[in-house]
Amino acid sequence: MAQAKRPLSPHLQVYRWGWHMAASIINRATGAALAFGSILFTWWLVALATGHDYFNTVQGFAGSIIGRLVLFGITFALMQHLAGGIRHLLMDMGKMYDLKVNTSSARLTFVFSIVMTIVIWVAAYKVMGVL
Amino acid sequence: MAEFSLPKNSVVGKGKTVKAEGATNTRNFQVYRWNPDDGENPRMDTFEVDMDNCGPMVLDALIKIKNEMDSTVTFRRSCREGVCGSCAMNINGKNGLACTTAIEDAKGDVSITPLPHQEVVKDLVPDLSNFYAQYASIKPWMETQSPQPEKERLQSREDREKLDGLYECILCACCSTSCPSYWWNGDKYLGPAALLQAYRWLIDSRDENTGERLDNLEDPFRLYRCHTIMNCANACPKGLNPAKAIAEIKKMMVERKG
Repeated sequence: MAQAKRPLSPHLQVYRWGWHMAASIINRATGAALAFGSILFTWWLVALATGHDYFNTVQGFAGSIIGRLVLFGITFALMQHLAGGIRHLLMDMGKMYDLKVNTSSARLTFVFSIVMTIVIWVAAYKVMGVL
Repeated sequence: MAEFSLPKNSVVGKGKTVKAEGATNTRNFQVYRWNPDDGENPRMDTFEVDMDNCGPMVLDALIKIKNEMDSTVTFRRSCREGVCGSCAMNINGKNGLACTTAIEDAKGDVSITPLPHQEVVKDLVPDLSNFYAQYASIKPWMETQSPQPEKERLQSREDREKLDGLYECILCACCSTSCPSYWWNGDKYLGPAALLQAYRWLIDSRDENTGERLDNLEDPFRLYRCHTIMNCANACPKGLNPAKAIAEIKKMMVERKG
């Protein structure tokens, strides 16, 4: 009797998520987001070099609701990627492989990035005199 | 490019439900089923198991299901005490040995699927040929160049201690099949189990082919697809840490370049 082609067993569909797994994938995702963010930053620099009027246009976009949301996202991505990068650096040095320590460090990257993002934005608004 | 969803023939459907007649204390076990002979897609069957009349481990429940409810349920098992590694499977989203996983520790219904991202032979039995071939590729035996001594090759206590946390591996494949990197690149990346074994021979003071072993691993895929996700160490039923062993290999690679 002819046999059917073997199926692939479920993987992402069933695997239970943990902090270590989340920290790893978000490090990659924020890295990709920052690559996009650096294009926006280059655009801002080009605008700066182009002249007063064009720079004001770009500044206007950055200051709009959408612009601020994007900047907020980039701030979070930068902080998360920074914390994740340091964590991976330590792991590449052979440290933090104890399961408890490792999971805590993964959780800590999220605490760090969320707190830092809020601190940076509160500080920014304080400087602007809005808060 | 990694394929994140399941191919059409692998999408899991809903199966039958088998009730435990007259039992008062029951737990539901959802078991992945696929029969190579009927040409249908995989499905999840639900078995209501009488817990008043069942051993404490997930394997006990599977054996009870096979004995009393559906004799066609297919799975590998042998030692039933965590030594052989045969009953490795995914239990409630985490890889482990059915024989050392207590039913009590699982919350709600117990969902059992084969080791992730493997070709299924039948039900809970995955095809591990690639896994074993990769293990063979790291030459898991002692290689020497020096002339054979009259008696055995001796090893100091300190050198022997370096093998602790490595020799205990039973090759159950829980770690490798928990690794997303291995899911997406299992054909080229050796995976945590084979790499832990590779390290076991790299640091064995009696082995004299360290350089050649490292040459064999110096490859963008074979070794360096490890992104320290840590699923391997979290899955290992023997409490070993393949990720740490892989990190040590990476360090050896750097150190030998000076």
